[in-house]
Amino acid sequence: MADVIDDKIKNYRTAPFDARFPNTNQTRNCFQNYLVYFLSDFHRCNKVLSGKGQDSSPCEWYQRVYKSLCPMSWVEKWDGQIEDGSFPGKI
Amino acid sequence: MAHPTQLGFKDAAMPVMEELLHFHDHALMIVLLISTLVLYIITAMVSTKLTNKYILDSQEIEIVWTILPAVILVLIALPSLRILYLMDEINDPHLTIKAMGHQWYWSYEYTDYENLGFDSYMVPTQDLAPGQFRLLETDHRMVVPMESPVRVLVSAEDVLHSWAVPSLGVKMDAVPGRLNQAAFIASRPGVFYGQCSEICGANHSFMPIVVEAVPLEHFENWSSLMLEDA
Repeated sequence: MADVIDDKIKNYRTAPFDARFPNTNQTRNCFQNYLVYFLSDFHRCNKVLSGKGQDSSPCEWYQRVYKSLCPMSWVEKWDGQIEDGSFPGKI
Repeated sequence: MAHPTQLGFKDAAMPVMEELLHFHDHALMIVLLISTLVLYIITAMVSTKLTNKYILDSQEIEIVWTILPAVILVLIALPSLRILYLMDEINDPHLTIKAMGHQWYWSYEYTDYENLGFDSYMVPTQDLAPGQFRLLETDHRMVVPMESPVRVLVSAEDVLHSWAVPSLGVKMDAVPGRLNQAAFIASRPGVFYGQCSEICGANHSFMPIVVEAVPLEHFENWSSLMLEDA
């Protein structure tokens, strides 16, 4: 499973078509990937944990996808909100 | 770039846009034929001295002028539906670019690998070089590799804008807080112009869009240069 994801990350060009978001409005696609990255960040992908050999390739996938899809200004705003503790999503 | 006194669409640089051009020709031809026929019949009716007082009804002609328009409508609808579904095809893009509308300029972000972002302001008329187009040129162009499916995510930072490039068959509203997806393939290298298509304030007419399609190596060189400059 990890190899499949590692392969996908190595051959990553851009965020692929996601069948959950087939329509024009991709806001949720961007937000969902950002959310999942931070959800998994706090539980699994922590820098401390990854040193112990935990599998962090799914986290890298979500990070690359949200970086591709989300405007930089939105990401900065959300990062600031997470630091302040005012982020609206459930982390 | 339209030439002076141009009435029709710009040359297409995208397969779906070519289909739209053909369909427009087809539908317009049908419309012209019907209009000519009706105009002819009107002039014939008005300018004749003959009168006929004895026809009360006629089944045959009524059948003809019911069935024939239905057939014509089907002939228009079928290509139209074909193109509609063609536009909705799932495509796997090779590149994602974000076009963010501001008052009154566009900014483009290429974040698949590195964080490349730059603003694109219109070149003022007094700063144009000879041969450049008035109100259409920008200081930085959105460069894309040709013959690659590109996904453009359009949004806005302040008010409504609209990202439109007619040659590529793209027009997508830029709504603050919403990310709208448009996709295109530039089938030939070239420079394609467009303008903001949603009223957004005083300088709405002065925030053009320029897309430059180049071979992949040139695109890679350009993006390295832009990253160094940034």
